[in-house]
Amino acid sequence: MQDMNCPECAGAIAAKSALQLGELLSCADCGTKLEVVGTEPVVLGRAPQVEEDWGE
Amino acid sequence: MKRIADSGAAIVLVFFMKLGLLQSVLTPENRMLCDSAKNMGISIELLLDSQLELLLTSPENEYGGILQRSSSYVKTLYSSFYFEHCGTFVCNPYKAHHLCGDKFLASTLLAKHKIPTPRTFGAFSADAARAAAAKLNFPVVMKPVFGSWARMVHRINDKDALDAELENREEMGHAFQKVYYLQEHIDKPGRDIRAIVVGQECISTVYRTSAHHGNFITNTSRGGIASKCPLTSELSELCVNASLVFGEGIYGVDLMERQDGSLVVHEVNHTAEFHRSIEAAEVDIPGKMVEYFVACSKR
Repeated sequence: MQDMNCPECAGAIAAKSALQLGELLSCADCGTKLEVVGTEPVVLGRAPQVEEDWGE
Repeated sequence: MKRIADSGAAIVLVFFMKLGLLQSVLTPENRMLCDSAKNMGISIELLLDSQLELLLTSPENEYGGILQRSSSYVKTLYSSFYFEHCGTFVCNPYKAHHLCGDKFLASTLLAKHKIPTPRTFGAFSADAARAAAAKLNFPVVMKPVFGSWARMVHRINDKDALDAELENREEMGHAFQKVYYLQEHIDKPGRDIRAIVVGQECISTVYRTSAHHGNFITNTSRGGIASKCPLTSELSELCVNASLVFGEGIYGVDLMERQDGSLVVHEVNHTAEFHRSIEAAEVDIPGKMVEYFVACSKR
């Protein structure tokens, strides 16, 4: 499993091995919601906020 | 898709075009859809709408099919339009998103196609909205023309509440908030019905019961509780017909029961969520959606 760090606070992120694009994680240290924006290698970014036009 | 042999009635097709699932985040539904595809041995590439770079002036047909699951209505519209003009099969098509996502347009079309739907007015000023409410009689239901998850869907019990609602809307900056959509309040039995239609088949129906007594909001995203609902032939036919108003695809059709038991369709959802109701539905909803999407992509 690839070592990952929170892009906001640099805290270590514990995650399962097979992460999928768009998967949401939380940083245990700072609480920031993160999104998997790349998988090979895994890249984390700040998760998008729920917008006014989100829904079904 | 490439035709490599054609002998008599037997046509051998080799399917090698890429399939994509376009999303904003990996929602529980999107995860289920991917898992279903994987279990069928079908590869569907996950795409993030935030990462799309679309060369508008020279569209490229890279995908055989795009399963449109973006959470954003605006991004859904633009990306569906783009991919369709690349020659890609998009599920659902742009037209479906455009028409279903705008309640003003959707109600107009449902009524035009004789689908029973609550009596609804559209108005473009606060005064006209007051006049429409008077014709509907209180309580009335006001909804934004765009929006989901029952955001800003309000039951207006009297003139004072209507005035407050209209003043709030008039102060909002967006022009779409000043398009007033007022609907007859259906005195439903504390629940509504969510049906999933895939192609020309209604595959599941569940009741959605409000989490709080007296609250008319039943969306499962707002705490509504799903339970099994018998899928009758009448319900199935109505849901399929309602969905076909917007073109064949994958839909979540919402219905209410009047006091006399008759049904009205109040909404047709173009990117239906189902993860909170799949247990009650007892149907492999994502599996049926993937099968349909793949079959249409191959056409």
